[in-house]
Amino acid sequence: MMDTLFFLIEALVKTIVVIAVAMGFVAYLTLAERKILGRLQVRFGPNRVGPYGLLQPIADGIKSFTKEDIIPANADKPLFVLAPMIALFAALSMFAVIPFGGTVHLFGRAVKLVIGDIDIGLLYVFAFATLGEYGIVLGGWSSGNKYGVLGSLRAAAQMISYEVALGLICMGTIVLAGSLRLTDIVEAQSHMWFVVYQPLTFLLYLVAGLAEINRTPFDMPEAESELACGFNIEYSSMKFALFFMAEYAHMVVIAALATTLFLGGWLGPYSSSVPGLGPLWFFIKVCVLVFFFIWERGTFPRLRYDQIMQFGWKVLFPLALANTVVTALVVALR
Amino acid sequence: MSDFGFITPLFQWAVFLIAALIALFGAIMMVTRRNPIHGALWLIVAFFSLAVIYLTLNAQFIAVAQVVVYAGAIMMLIIFVIMLIHVETEFLVKRKLSGPKIIGAFITVILFLEVAAAVLSLGGRTAGATTGTALTGSVAEVGNALYGKYLFPFEIASILLLIGIVGAVVLARRGKD
Repeated sequence: MMDTLFFLIEALVKTIVVIAVAMGFVAYLTLAERKILGRLQVRFGPNRVGPYGLLQPIADGIKSFTKEDIIPANADKPLFVLAPMIALFAALSMFAVIPFGGTVHLFGRAVKLVIGDIDIGLLYVFAFATLGEYGIVLGGWSSGNKYGVLGSLRAAAQMISYEVALGLICMGTIVLAGSLRLTDIVEAQSHMWFVVYQPLTFLLYLVAGLAEINRTPFDMPEAESELACGFNIEYSSMKFALFFMAEYAHMVVIAALATTLFLGGWLGPYSSSVPGLGPLWFFIKVCVLVFFFIWERGTFPRLRYDQIMQFGWKVLFPLALANTVVTALVVALR
Repeated sequence: MSDFGFITPLFQWAVFLIAALIALFGAIMMVTRRNPIHGALWLIVAFFSLAVIYLTLNAQFIAVAQVVVYAGAIMMLIIFVIMLIHVETEFLVKRKLSGPKIIGAFITVILFLEVAAAVLSLGGRTAGATTGTALTGSVAEVGNALYGKYLFPFEIASILLLIGIVGAVVLARRGKD
């Protein structure tokens, strides 16, 4: 009975810490993106609120809370309200299985630094990624706006295509690690990161991941130059902020998953001997990947829609399939 | 899964009851909605609560497959098609009884009776069997069964699906070339 109680308390504490850290990271990610994009475009970015603009996310939060909340008369009201919540719920749920450290000993208990170390960890992430798509698709449709519906259609088609490829791409690492449990996948990389064995897969993952989170150059659902923001065109105030947070949280999840699958997760020099170093390594790796996501946004122009779909099905998908076959062959013959 | 050892049968029963009620409610709402998008969304709710029921039976892989494949991919395609051809404007049309509907209702009743007869003939035997053995539905178990004992039917099924896809493409393109 006491074990059950301790288990519940531990799970609760971990959940609160992970959500708090994730939301704080997401808030400052928006600032980092604006600052880095500013530097890439030879300007300063936000630097008025607080020292170096460090209070900008808080100011943004207050602004979106106090702005007028508009629901269009044409909108499907329950779905219009529900859609941003689905998006953020799905994005935050994915953090539950991401391991951000090894096992530490606290108060005489061995605590795994992951909320749910489940057998089907990777599949769980994909399940909630597919659910998160409904937030975007329903958001655009329920607005009762033609640009919104167009954005939804694009989001649905694009995400289905790239989700298939993303799942196949991850097959390579699953075969190498022999498990879907994310902690097992990290521990299988204790000698060498999987990115060394599968550099091509890592690149494919980054491309498919960018498409999955609708980021430039794949930001078709909200292409502002042709769709005037697409699925979130009618959203204002906190509902828009929820979509915004969901997008950035999803970006952090994709980066954290890339770290777990290819970059050795929390493993790094002295990560097993010095307590606290594991999560730090994990954090650094995620930050590097997130920086890459911001950097490429400032670099690449948006692709055309038919190019994206063709690339997804005719280039990415066959490459992922070939990668799976070759990896399985090598592992079987080893 | 020793982590879940504390789940008492009572708790499991409560989770099952809630999930089952939500699944039933979602299914009823799905059938009665006029707007096809709303119907599709209630179907997703039903699928999702079915996945929870699979989890209470320790069938983790089936549960996640249910969410990824049915609630995720297939329903997304259905919603995509509904949005694309704009049938949501047709929900204003009054419903009337037609031949296909009567046949459909008839088949549904027969199916329901079949399932009910099967469940009643089993009695209370299955409940103990499924909850007693842990890990019956883990990924490794399902994989070993699919690629070991049932390899031949599995491959036949995949070839059948492939033929279906190719056939659909051929039929769709016949008029164009």
